Amino acid sequence: MPRKTFREAINEALHLEMERDETVLIIGEDVSGGAGGTSGQRDAAGGVFGLTKGLLPRFGEHRVIDTPISEAAIIGAANGAALAGYRPVAEIMFSDFVGVCFDQILNQAAKFRYMFGGAKAPLVIRMTVGAGRSAGAQHSQILHGLLASIPGIKVLLPSNAYDAKGLLLQAIRDEDPVIFLEHKMLFNDACEVPDGDYTVPFGEGVLVREGEHVTIVASGQLVKVAVAAADKLAKEGITCDVIDPRTISPLDEELILESVRQTGRLVVVDEAPVRCGFAADVARLAAEKAFSSLRAPVLPVTPPHTPVPFAPELERLYLPDAADVEKAVRAVLAHS
Amino acid sequence: MSIRTKKSTARATAQLSGLSQEAIVRAYRQMKTIREFEERLHIENATGAIPGFTHLYCGQEAVAVGACEHLTDKDFIISTHRGHGHCIAKGCDVPAMMKEIFGSRDGLNKGKGGSMHIADISKGMLGANGIVGAGQPIAVGAAIACKLRGEGSVALSFTGDGASNQGTVFEAMNMAVVLQVPKVFMFENNGYSEHTGASYGIGCDDIVKRIEGFGIPVFQADGFDFFSIYEAMAKALEVSRKGGGPTAIYCETIRYFGHFEGDPQNYRAKDEVQRYREEEDCLMKFRRRMEKSGEVPLEVLDQVDAEVMALIESSVAAAKQAPRPLPEDLLTNVYNSY
Repeated sequence: MPRKTFREAINEALHLEMERDETVLIIGEDVSGGAGGTSGQRDAAGGVFGLTKGLLPRFGEHRVIDTPISEAAIIGAANGAALAGYRPVAEIMFSDFVGVCFDQILNQAAKFRYMFGGAKAPLVIRMTVGAGRSAGAQHSQILHGLLASIPGIKVLLPSNAYDAKGLLLQAIRDEDPVIFLEHKMLFNDACEVPDGDYTVPFGEGVLVREGEHVTIVASGQLVKVAVAAADKLAKEGITCDVIDPRTISPLDEELILESVRQTGRLVVVDEAPVRCGFAADVARLAAEKAFSSLRAPVLPVTPPHTPVPFAPELERLYLPDAADVEKAVRAVLAHS
Repeated sequence: MSIRTKKSTARATAQLSGLSQEAIVRAYRQMKTIREFEERLHIENATGAIPGFTHLYCGQEAVAVGACEHLTDKDFIISTHRGHGHCIAKGCDVPAMMKEIFGSRDGLNKGKGGSMHIADISKGMLGANGIVGAGQPIAVGAAIACKLRGEGSVALSFTGDGASNQGTVFEAMNMAVVLQVPKVFMFENNGYSEHTGASYGIGCDDIVKRIEGFGIPVFQADGFDFFSIYEAMAKALEVSRKGGGPTAIYCETIRYFGHFEGDPQNYRAKDEVQRYREEEDCLMKFRRRMEKSGEVPLEVLDQVDAEVMALIESSVAAAKQAPRPLPEDLLTNVYNSY
């Protein structure tokens, strides 16, 4: 099977689905790029990270729509096109920018079906997330918890190229608004990715490592971190289940609960601060539905309650690493 | 400070509209239906029969009907929090709307939307919207869909003077120009942004200049005169339906009731509404014009009045008897799967 990067997998999914379904549209800033420039070259960017490269030459500017820098109008237009029968895939360059278009997510996309008595708005909003590039406090956040707290939208956070392609294809075909989070630190990671059409279902996590002593839940770029910690501990005979939920909403609660019922110990590794976040939600799940199985407090491994810092050494300190995970695993095991 | 400087220019004339008798009667029926729908809601709301917030469109009927009489189900509109008039004008079912406003599970939105969120996608009505200024970008998206379909359909958004100050409206106007989509922006200045006079919030005091600044041609019309709006909309559609990009209509009108039902309206001169009802009322003007031109006998309009009153009466009676939501309705239509 061919190996492809996360970036290539997403680009391929967009090509495949635009080919298969002519109602699929791309809309965002610089998704092609070059319009109005002095070189006259279109597709000059193909998205700021190159994820939409090649779509404009293949599908034309009617379906690959470069917009002004107007996030509210981008998501609003995607909402309108979705209500009017199309399947727009809108791009918000950095998830941090939801601040300027949040109404269109929070009050519009998420609510149409409910408040309009069953209306369909099948849009996808792709946005990059995550820290690790010294991009500073306004270009590094991961807002999966915030977004997943809104009923009516689905939130995906793939950790590898295979899942990215399959989840994106599923997202575009889904009948609900879906937010597809692309972690900036994963773009160059490669794995085996089939060429053709396949989908990854929502609400089905994967057991990345199987063990018996501790359950580790991790998503996005932190799956790698969790696996590194688990592999190291395995050499000492401490084995962990490492669960990648893949989709934050809907969440594969059963996979997590089954594991916790066996191990009795849970570590939640997450890139957002724990307060009111995804890690807290997973801890709540265990407390509510696996209470009698727990043999130790649930430990979050999360950044401090601060914005994402700029300086590389501070950013490294901010992000959970394998040593933090290892320490947490040892701590829950030490609890008798 | 007076809420507006411009005086209405429309007079009752003997001029023929050029519309068929059928079209004239239909337009009158729509306007009258909105009027009586709203007048009745004003009464019902005072009894406590209607849950939540209700914003009435009374007084502005000529705007919604003058614009929507040009549209078919293939055209889209998006409305505001003051949306009943736009919904009726676009063809939403009146008894189902009434049930929705009363909160019945048989309502147009299954009782889950209410007054501020009435929608019927099958009619091209993409929703009344509780967020001021949210609809305009959505209408740009619907206009993208119209352009891609290539069937000459358009998207129309209604924007009040209050929403005209929202950044989302500016973004939508600019994007509509950039993408050259078939989009009509209707700006209906009813004199008040909630509890504040329109002139206070519009920094440059001129919405039209602002729209023109975006590169959008504006057709001005008299918001109290159906025929004036109808003609302006025809001009706008002549551009937007034929690939000429976005257009706008600007008109001034007045709402007869408060921002919401229960609003004490301390910001208004005591006789203001009465004066507009007596001098500028769109239904009164419509009838006067018919009286002069003789295009439709007044007896025909009287008959319409009676039919509309009966429709509103039966709609309210049905809404009061309609089944209430069931506990399980709470969890439906969150996602496709539940």
